[in-house]
Amino acid sequence: MIRRKDTVLFDKPPVIAAWAAAGGKKESEGPLAAGFDFLTEDAAFPEEACANWEQAESFLQQKAVEICLRKAGISRKEVDLALAGDLQAQCTASNYTMRALEIPFAGLYGACSTMAESLCLGASLTAGGVAHQLLAMTSSHFCAAERQFRTPLDYGAKRTPTAQWTATAAGACLLRGAGQKGVPVLSVTFGRVQDYEVHDINNMGAAMMPAAVSTLLRYFGATGTAPSDFDVIFTGDLGEVGSALLQEQMAREGLPLPNHRDCGCLLYDVASQNVQAGGSGPGCSAAVLCTHILPALQKGQYRRVLFMATGALMSQTTFLQGESIPGIAHCVELAGEGTV
Amino acid sequence: MKLNPKEYAHMVSRASPPSPAVRDCLWAFFVGGGICLVGEGLRQFFLYWYDASLAGTLTSIGLILLSAIFTTLGWYQKLAAKAGAGTLVPITGFANSVVSPAIEFKAEGWVTGVGAKIFGIAGPVIAYGTAASALWGLLYWLQGKVG
Repeated sequence: MIRRKDTVLFDKPPVIAAWAAAGGKKESEGPLAAGFDFLTEDAAFPEEACANWEQAESFLQQKAVEICLRKAGISRKEVDLALAGDLQAQCTASNYTMRALEIPFAGLYGACSTMAESLCLGASLTAGGVAHQLLAMTSSHFCAAERQFRTPLDYGAKRTPTAQWTATAAGACLLRGAGQKGVPVLSVTFGRVQDYEVHDINNMGAAMMPAAVSTLLRYFGATGTAPSDFDVIFTGDLGEVGSALLQEQMAREGLPLPNHRDCGCLLYDVASQNVQAGGSGPGCSAAVLCTHILPALQKGQYRRVLFMATGALMSQTTFLQGESIPGIAHCVELAGEGTV
Repeated sequence: MKLNPKEYAHMVSRASPPSPAVRDCLWAFFVGGGICLVGEGLRQFFLYWYDASLAGTLTSIGLILLSAIFTTLGWYQKLAAKAGAGTLVPITGFANSVVSPAIEFKAEGWVTGVGAKIFGIAGPVIAYGTAASALWGLLYWLQGKVG
């Protein structure tokens, strides 16, 4: 492991050995539906005796973990550590999933950046030998998020064109040490909090964009790479507004991103699915990672990509108190399976 | 990064699409007008049996009942997603803002959920509406005293 500025480079890259994604109805109608391992028409899970949306989200997470472990061919007892987080206050979706799984667990909160955060930490811990088999996972549920952050589901309100739709989805990845089969993690970059005084809670993409630029510039600076060295540079959940701003700013920095794609614009068909500026929520980038990015790296369709998830780090309280919205972006460099 | 918050505010406002004002206004006008038309229909119906004052009160009650039913069925929210102010401004919007948290927070219990959160959205309207009417009452009383 070598540290160059904010980037940790792995000379013996840990791998993502298995992964799984679970999603709800809107996700099943989106362009990535075929990549999901589990989809449901009713994400309330009444038949599984879920009494509320919080339990439903936890159930969705459990589905993703269950399938991920099955694909990895191991039982939950063989997992050394799980890193998980979600949007619910005190990360309860993850806590209750872990109550059922009884795996050593460390909870994370990085809002929509949680999937990349868990991969950054998970890859570092696996490369350092702290864990041999580590779960990195996250989720979000539209209904649980709406009732916590916005208004009751049945409240009649109009969404602004810049608003984003919280994905009902969960993604789980199993990391293993170097030399094993899987998608190698070449480097990780932990982001720094950036706040450019955006106050509009209905424009999260704009609030998070500076964090994305900051992490990308630090990563390119530390590694001497350029955008053209990658097949695709994925950002998590900037949506259409944040993505346009990212392109504009990166061009100003002299590093245009013609190969940029945003998870918030990939999970849904933005033009027809009534998601305003695109998807969001920790489950959004996790689902795109597990349904599209990792399978493409496994099949050799991509040889090298950046996966950078962005998070907006305000709370309902700080927002009402008039604070601006700080953002963060963590970046994971992934290589095609068998290329390292 | 070649960026400062002031510049960024300009960039953001340029990049953020505005709400489609004409379309939104047309939706609000026709749906809001439609709700008022339903109200007028109810009022004419009640006028068969009651005087104008009581028929008016019964119309308000009828619209509130309809809104509560539509909210419970999940239809009001779907209509409001398009109609905006057309469903927010009439009395039905106020009913929706009381019924929707009552449904939503049932999971947290009848007292700590429904009871505590039922006026979460409507509360400010009730609080400041009461304060404004008390103030108006005082002025009205003073006006009577003076003159």
